[in-house]
Order: sequence, then structure tokens, then C-alpha cells
Amino acid sequence: MSLSESGFATIIQNVSIICLIALSVSILLLIIRVMRGPTNADRAVALDAIGVNIMAFAALLAIILITPNFNDIVLLIGILLFIGTVAIAIYLEKGDLIDTEDD
Amino acid sequence: MIQKTIDIILDVFVIIFLAGGTFAIFTASVGILRFPDIYTRLHAASKGSTLGVTGILIGAFIFHYTQYGIVSGKLILGFLFIMLTAPVASHLISRAAHLRGAKPYGTLKDQYQEAIDAEKRRQKQQQKSK
Repeated sequence: MSLSESGFATIIQNVSIICLIALSVSILLLIIRVMRGPTNADRAVALDAIGVNIMAFAALLAIILITPNFNDIVLLIGILLFIGTVAIAIYLEKGDLIDTEDD
Repeated sequence: MIQKTIDIILDVFVIIFLAGGTFAIFTASVGILRFPDIYTRLHAASKGSTLGVTGILIGAFIFHYTQYGIVSGKLILGFLFIMLTAPVASHLISRAAHLRGAKPYGTLKDQYQEAIDAEKRRQKQQQKSK
């Protein structure tokens, strides 16, 4: 336990809490874009960014709660985020392809 | 003595990485809210979010190393995966947005649309010649 000796433990905890507050404000800004976005592609972009913010959120929670058990969750959120974004993008693209009667 | 100095330096690195990553990710969110166009929003989202989450995950990795002595491969895999998949996802979204008819802001010429039209014309001529 090196942190308790060197006296940096409280500083790292406070920095993590400040970072969590900043990430919360950033997620609120992205939710404004999700609600107001003119097209569906804007909403897809904002939802992708919200997923990345939640990954950072889990890593910061692991630092604040001093546990290594959140590392699985970070990787899992990343994989699910990629699959969801690809699904939304392919849905947007196929909707137009059906309309234009390309085949 | 040397071990204590190394620990202090690693703790300072944790603080720097966390603060820098949070700054990058917050700037990306402000960019997504303020930019006028889907393509510029994608530019902010893919680059800024990737840099920010990479910084925060590296900070968490160094923190776990100094705190427990474990080398957490999951965090490294997490940001490597994000760096691999964020360009793919943003490219898919931008192509879908272009197919749905999103216009670039403030530009007079759309070279991608011209290339698509030329390709369609070429395919039609090939079908006629057959």
C-alpha cells in the first residue's frame, strides 16, 4: 500500500471525484444533443460518445472505490458500445437502400 | 528511498493522466454540442473521446499497478479496442449520414457525391453494352 505512505491517496481521490463531476456535466451536454439532434445520425454520434464517457466513468469508480473488479466492466462496455453503434449505422444505411431500389 | 520516489512519480503521473483525459473528453462533449454539422460533430466525437478515454484508462492502469502490484491487461485491452473500433464506427455513421442526405456545412462542392454519381453512370453504361 504505497499510496497511504506517500500521502498522495487523498489527492488522487479528490482528483477522481472532480473528474467524475466533469464527466457528469459532459454526459448532460450529450443528452441535450440526443434530445435536440436534427437527424438520427446526430443522435447516433451522441450516444456513441455517451458510451465512451460511461467507460471512463467505470474506470474512475474503480479508483474511488479502490477495487480492481471494475476492469471487466470497462472492457464489456467497450465491446457492447461498438456492436450497438454498428447496428444503428447499418440500420440507417439500409433504410435508405430500400427506398432507392438499387437492385 | 528509491522505491518511495518512484511511487511519488507514478502518483503524479496518475493525476496528470486523469486530469488530461477528463479535459479531452469534456472538450469533445462541448464540440458535439456546439459544432454546426454532422461531420464536424463526428470529428470532435471520434478523436476527442478516444484520447480522453485512453488517458483515463492509462491513469487507472498505473493506479492499479501502484496500489496492488497487479498488471491489469483488461484496461490495456479496453483502450486498444477503443482505438481500433472508434474510427470504424465513425466512418460507418458518416457514410450512413451521407446516404441519408446530410449536407456538409459551408462547402460548395461535394466530391464524394460526385464520385458516387460517376460510379453509378459507369455501371449503367456497362449494363447497356452487355
